Amino acid sequence: MMHYLSYDFVQNALIAGSIAAALGAVVGYFVIIRNIGFAAHALAHIGFTGATGAILFGLSPLQGMLVMSSLAGATMGISGNRFHRSELAIGMVLSISLGLGTLFLSLYQGFAGEATAILFGNIFGVSHAQVIETIFLSALSLFLLALFSRRLLFTSIQPDLAESRGLSLTFLSTAFMIILAISVALVSQVVGTLLVFTLLIGPAGIATRLSHSFWRTILLSLCIGIVSVWSGIFLACLTNQPPSFWITSILFVLYIFTELKIKLFESV
Amino acid sequence: MPLLSFQNVGIRFGSRKVIDHFSAEIEEGEFIGIFGPNGVGKSTLMRAILGLCPIYEGSIQLFGENPGKQNRFIGYLPQSQSLLGTTTLTARALVAAVHHGEKWGVPWLSSKDSYQVERALELSEAKDYADTPFSLLSGGEKKRVMLAQALIDEPKLLILDEPLASLDPKNQMLLVQRIRNIQEETGLTILFIAHDVNPLLGAMSRVMYMAEGNVALGSAQEIITNESLSALYGMNIHVLRAEGRVFIVNAESNVDETTCSHV
Ligand SMILES: Nc1ncnc2c1ncn2[C@@H]1O[C@H](COP(=O)(O)OP(=O)(O)OP(=O)(O)O)[C@@H](O)[C@H]1O
Ligand SMILES: [Mg+2]
Repeated sequence: MMHYLSYDFVQNALIAGSIAAALGAVVGYFVIIRNIGFAAHALAHIGFTGATGAILFGLSPLQGMLVMSSLAGATMGISGNRFHRSELAIGMVLSISLGLGTLFLSLYQGFAGEATAILFGNIFGVSHAQVIETIFLSALSLFLLALFSRRLLFTSIQPDLAESRGLSLTFLSTAFMIILAISVALVSQVVGTLLVFTLLIGPAGIATRLSHSFWRTILLSLCIGIVSVWSGIFLACLTNQPPSFWITSILFVLYIFTELKIKLFESV
Repeated sequence: MPLLSFQNVGIRFGSRKVIDHFSAEIEEGEFIGIFGPNGVGKSTLMRAILGLCPIYEGSIQLFGENPGKQNRFIGYLPQSQSLLGTTTLTARALVAAVHHGEKWGVPWLSSKDSYQVERALELSEAKDYADTPFSLLSGGEKKRVMLAQALIDEPKLLILDEPLASLDPKNQMLLVQRIRNIQEETGLTILFIAHDVNPLLGAMSRVMYMAEGNVALGSAQEIITNESLSALYGMNIHVLRAEGRVFIVNAESNVDETTCSHV
């Protein structure tokens, strides 16, 4: 099994995958406590439009996705709680951007193969340049998140009290939505825009079921995310089935076990 | 110098006057019970003290400064539970998250911080369930955790916006008693919004009654009388006393359900 490690594409996949998983695990935790799962999901699909439209502007799909989902994220953040917790508003923006995505796809025949890669992820296709890009953007996002995570936690659980201590709810939610948008774009590279939920909600969600303190949950979420990406990549090497399939399956099985464990140990 | 003073305060939303020409002074160590029907502006007045709601005219001074300047000395238990209801964090983690929550950086607690978290949980008597996820707690237990959040940064003024809502009569009494004890230990000043005067009767130094545009502030004996409440509401109000409890009823024939039950 170790000989897979000598292949460049496996190395790149492991590095980009671990970093995206780590970012998803940490950012996902805040998505869960802020209760904005649907907004995260929407950002991923809005990013898809960015990726397909990128060619129009001579950008790479990742860059297109970054631009598009950051713009959407910032708009959601600035318009405040009422918008990014409103299912109707998000649903409408989501529909129009997917509609645009369809238009872009039809304009560029022959792009379908790449579109599949964007939708379902192609971690073995990640290039060395993309790995560098991923490392840089993840480090930046995690650094910014660390800088204001205390404030973000405070505003997430007690917005009224936080506001009274002089924190700007709009500023924090906008900053967080931009970080979320970047994470969504990076995670999309690994598992695809359709499966962003896997790495953004899966590990953090399972961790919050098992642990109820801030640091332990973050740590557990990180472990779950990274272990499932590594196992997924190795299983994909061994079986020739897509890594996205394996990563989602592993997380799903973990989820089922978690629920079973909670049912068995907490109902007696 | 009074701890908190209102001079001719007016608050409006659009053209609607919620508070009009309100003046009052509140001294350090007081326990003020605030009552009035829904929508009269109780929460709005508290938000104005915190500097979260603009004042149309007049001024509010807290420790001799404008609202918003001295908020680190205010503990606040908001009326809404906001996102707290959905969280899986434990009570202890929720109190810790609020402690110096306005600082930059990661939410890391020093041992002194942890000590203060324990102390706030002790003060509000929430220690027994401090390790249970918040979403699994009962309504009364949740209120205790929120009280600990309000107490954590050692406030001098405690603003409690309907902490008794959804508590049974016995737990209402217990919570008021606990808050009264905390006040004795720490010398806090307390503004306490509620709908029923009875649980607060023994604890209040003064009573504040709000009606559309009007506010009456004074001792319980002065305010909770037929004359002053009738004058405040502009209708015939009767204060009945039986078995040490107070019942406030609207004596007019066309009883307005909502006014009656919330007076
Ligand atoms: N941001 C706002 N914009 C417009 N109107 C507002 C705003 N905030 C409050 N109001 C209005 O001001 C009035 C007072 O509201 P407030 O929440 O202070 O009432 P309250 O006395 O606390 O009532 P309750 O007992 O129901 O909590 C209400 O009619 C409300 O609709
Ligand atoms: Mg209110």
